[in-house]
Amino acid sequence: MSFEISIGPQHPIHVEPLMLRLSVEGELIVDVDVDVSYIHRGIEKALEARPYIQGLYLVERICGICNAAHSLCYCLNVEQLLGKEAPPRAKYLRIVVEELSRIHSHLLWLGHYFHTLGFETLFMYFWRDRERIMDMLELITGNRVTTSYNTIGGVRRDLTPEAEQRLRRTLDYIEERMRYYEKVIDSEPTILARTQGVGILKPSDAVRLGVVGPHLRASGVKHDVRLDDPYSGHDEIPFNVITWDTCDCYARVKVRIREVYESVNMIRYALDHMPSGDYRLKIPPFFKAPPGESLSRVEAPRGELVHYSISDGGDRPYRYKVRTPTLANLLSVVEMLRSRDGYEVYIADVPAILGGIDPCICCSARVMVTDEARRRRTIMTLEDVIKISRERGAKRR
Amino acid sequence: MRVPGRLVAEALRSLFKRRATILYPYRELEKIHLPEGFRGRIEFDRAKCIGCQLCFRVCPAKAIEMIEDEKGKRPIFYIYRCIYCAQCAEVCPTKAISMSKTFENIALRKEDLVVR
Repeated sequence: MSFEISIGPQHPIHVEPLMLRLSVEGELIVDVDVDVSYIHRGIEKALEARPYIQGLYLVERICGICNAAHSLCYCLNVEQLLGKEAPPRAKYLRIVVEELSRIHSHLLWLGHYFHTLGFETLFMYFWRDRERIMDMLELITGNRVTTSYNTIGGVRRDLTPEAEQRLRRTLDYIEERMRYYEKVIDSEPTILARTQGVGILKPSDAVRLGVVGPHLRASGVKHDVRLDDPYSGHDEIPFNVITWDTCDCYARVKVRIREVYESVNMIRYALDHMPSGDYRLKIPPFFKAPPGESLSRVEAPRGELVHYSISDGGDRPYRYKVRTPTLANLLSVVEMLRSRDGYEVYIADVPAILGGIDPCICCSARVMVTDEARRRRTIMTLEDVIKISRERGAKRR
Repeated sequence: MRVPGRLVAEALRSLFKRRATILYPYRELEKIHLPEGFRGRIEFDRAKCIGCQLCFRVCPAKAIEMIEDEKGKRPIFYIYRCIYCAQCAEVCPTKAISMSKTFENIALRKEDLVVR
């Protein structure tokens, strides 16, 4: 006899509204449904009604944490439509801010993850150190969270020598702190007990479900857009793609900690080898993009971010499509939460597993993810929807 | 190796450190050091404005309205709609718009959040 338990849409373990319907037998979870459609905001449609320069500030607000990645992806996309490329200095400055926001996102995640595990002390320490990174972002871009740094054809301001010095000092501090935290995490029984062997996602399953980002790399698959498709001069900057082969929540923690070191080194390299010259192209605020389509990919802190746009030759996109990393990762939650032969998932593991993918629901409320039809709930198939829409269309005619 | 309570030493040390947070509201405002180029409340120099309407056309939050006065078309900034992107300050050909360091844009009356 199995019961159904709903976690969400509002629940202490969620930061954002997300519905998990768990089918449980005793303490064991046998099946799960995910519904992310609680905060649909219609951003893609809104982008169609704005000139390109205004859309830049709208895509930044798809996700507050990944705003640098979103605006970078948008700028790359529009630059591709225009057939232009940012100058070398702009590319390096973009990398600096992108990696800074990756550090801040990973520190945020680490803090929040230990908070969901009930380890409040580490949560406080991670967030205290994250504040240093936020100060650096404020120093370079003019704001703590919403950076508004990337613009079409480059970046909006240059890096001053004083800011560079302060940034270097902060990076040293962050690296030292992260080495200490890694030691703590590796030896703390509370954390090891809650993460090791929990939420196993095999590499084959991860690839089959289209998992991206640190979550995929924690399953031992070497995949990183920065390496596979260097979009902003990443081919000139040496870095390691961090993978971990235990495929559990512990691997996800380790991968993100090690990625902070990589980001720190990437920023140092970018600062050491910063090209001189212009930091932005002269592009007028209003322009018409030539007809065509373009696709851009960026390694956001949470994984591969895809922007796709179609231009009909006007001053605004004809269609804009965003595929955020959390949307790709959510299906793996279903896989990880389902008990199978020899692999048992308990209700108490839900926060650890769900937290492990770094869910950002506000990015994802774009489609409804449905696993299968559950009892007492009817779910429309695609054919049903097509049939209804045709009937309604016929009536209107 | 499993070592329980490794954080205890760090936690004890933190007891004697300076507080990481800043008391708010208005208690320790002098401790906040905003960098140059911070994007705060818009400041507008009416004398420099030439009425080109670029800021009005570029504003993504529609926080700028154009009005007609004796000198021609001039913008009004509604701070309560502003998203602090500073795009208007960037496009302004005469640098009549600038971003100040005022970040506490709270008021009881709507008129206090309008910059003319």
